[in-house]
Amino acid sequence: MAKRFNIRMAGVGGQGVVTGSHILSTAVINAGGESTIVPFYGSEKRMAPVESYVRVSDEAIYEIGEITFPHIIIIFHPQVITHGKSYTMPFYFGLKEDGIALINNDGPMKLHRDQARELEERRAKLYYFPATKISLEVAGMDLATNMALMGCIGAITGLTTMAGLDQAVKDRFLGKGFVVSGGTAALDSVVERKFKKKQELIEKNVAVMRAGWNYAVDHGWASPDVKRVEEPVATANA
Amino acid sequence: MSEALESEQKTNPQGDPITSVAAPKADAKKDPHAEAKRQKIVTPEYMFHEAPRTKEFITGSEAAKEAVRRSSVDLAIAYPITPQSETMQLIGVLYGEGYVKEYYRGEEEVGVMAAIAGGSRAGVRCFTATAGPGTLRGLEGIASWPGHRLPVVAMFTCRVVNAPLAIQPDNIEVSYLINSGMIVFHAENQQDMFDFIMAGFTISEKNDVTLPVGVCCDGFFVTHARGYVRMQDRGLRLPPREAWRGAVPVLDAENPPARLSRDAPVQKSNFMAYNIHAVWQQEVWAAVERSRKYINKYMGGLLTAENVEGADALIIASGSAAAQSREAVRLCKEKGLNVGLIKVRSLRPFPTKELRELCGKAKLIVVPEFNYVGWLAKEVATAIYGFSKAKIIGGPRVYGGQSMPVELIVDEVESGLTGKKSTNVAMSQIMGGTVNPDEVAHFMRSI
Repeated sequence: MAKRFNIRMAGVGGQGVVTGSHILSTAVINAGGESTIVPFYGSEKRMAPVESYVRVSDEAIYEIGEITFPHIIIIFHPQVITHGKSYTMPFYFGLKEDGIALINNDGPMKLHRDQARELEERRAKLYYFPATKISLEVAGMDLATNMALMGCIGAITGLTTMAGLDQAVKDRFLGKGFVVSGGTAALDSVVERKFKKKQELIEKNVAVMRAGWNYAVDHGWASPDVKRVEEPVATANA
Repeated sequence: MSEALESEQKTNPQGDPITSVAAPKADAKKDPHAEAKRQKIVTPEYMFHEAPRTKEFITGSEAAKEAVRRSSVDLAIAYPITPQSETMQLIGVLYGEGYVKEYYRGEEEVGVMAAIAGGSRAGVRCFTATAGPGTLRGLEGIASWPGHRLPVVAMFTCRVVNAPLAIQPDNIEVSYLINSGMIVFHAENQQDMFDFIMAGFTISEKNDVTLPVGVCCDGFFVTHARGYVRMQDRGLRLPPREAWRGAVPVLDAENPPARLSRDAPVQKSNFMAYNIHAVWQQEVWAAVERSRKYINKYMGGLLTAENVEGADALIIASGSAAAQSREAVRLCKEKGLNVGLIKVRSLRPFPTKELRELCGKAKLIVVPEFNYVGWLAKEVATAIYGFSKAKIIGGPRVYGGQSMPVELIVDEVESGLTGKKSTNVAMSQIMGGTVNPDEVAHFMRSI
């Protein structure tokens, strides 16, 4: 049977939801799998709702378009839940039975009792993951929140490797003809200015990713064959 | 000089050079048409069946561009309607490179379709593309092409025409095109887009066909998304149109006729006029029938069928719905259900004979669609009427271009097999031999 995950990512503008999904998708392909992404957003502005739909598999993917019934949902920002900043309401709409909700928050959130009941009825696994906190601790800024989440989800699905993710970050920032929108291009230059040089940017991002990966392993969320990854996968020859 | 060039480039879209229309840096020594001039003409048989292909990861619009590059196109006319695809912009790049002889922007779709008719009648190979509302705006001209026996290839990016407006790929437009008398193909993905356009030029100019070909796709999913496309070398091209050997004499541009219709009665309301109209239309639709052999020859059939023999149920779909159905077949297999898939590639001519054979033993047929009216379900039901006792579920359907959740298709297969009432498909859309007449009374009333 094909190993297949349909992932719906919801966050707000500026968090790198689309960039994160590109990196995960590229990482899965780098590791020999198949993946497609469908970004979905309105006007490009900070804190506006953004969704991205990522399909990852070890077999060919034919399906197209938005994902209505995901296996996994990733919530990049607590406001997606608390303020309803999402194209999909409630945030878990369509989550398959025994599905996973990976939520970026420091510890469990207090959900409305109807929402808590519905999540329980479909036996959803709620993984509260402090992605922004990890990003601040490891990279010294919150802009790598998406990297922490992608590391975490990489380990949960088991369809890519840390080396695959590492290469995907390099592809993204060292350029492979990647086409970005105006808004994303502007944000990229902000991110790049915050680091002295690209090498440092990549190393920090990968370090955050690795922290996310290991967090998933330590908490027993990772796919059975996934192990902790210790110290840096070599990033020297970028 | 260099300043002027730089400012010109800034007005163009940033990023990917493939989609950029930026003028190449002036280099007096280099002929921008050099590569196009070196293209080698090969027979359609070699092009479609023998030429080695290499795989590229490109958008549907780029696939259309690459098809046109290899098709010896003389004239392309663009009108950049929103919502459009990048296709006609990319054809402009081909013009710059010398692959297309003439290219300009029309004033609007009525003008574009009329000018395409003029180009085709003058004997040159023509291509245009439009989308959504633009298709319907141009439909007056488009609907007259088959009767004027004009070989043309037009690409239609389906993006909703009914209210409330949307720009996503609802394919309701196809229901208008399939009754115009033209040949209509429906592409599932980028590869189909590439293959169908090239085959379209070849088929449309066959003397016993001499009809326009419309290549439809569900916009956005196909035009804006990337997929793998296997393509022949770009140094090869199809033979150019040879209008002098065509079935219909070309317009003599040096001695233009005072009027296009030589026989006045066609425009009068009398018995002869109606009679002429009747035989004229009969001949158009007979030509649609005659195109079958060429579709079989160059495209490998009007449909593709997978796992039909011994299947518990069949899914019949076209366009993006076929892509979703492939996943539905996989999910059904995981649930222990053996489901076959028939993808209809040619809507006109419709694969009536093929479906009668394939559906003879079927018990359940599910027809998922990306539109409200269910034009494919009606076509299927009409085609197999009397040849199959299958229960036909006309659905599930999504509207306004929503992506069809694969799970909805699986639900229909399951409920159809177990007799459980469907939650997604109205009783009025359930047809076929094993259906209780009382249950479809509503449907009978509504027609």
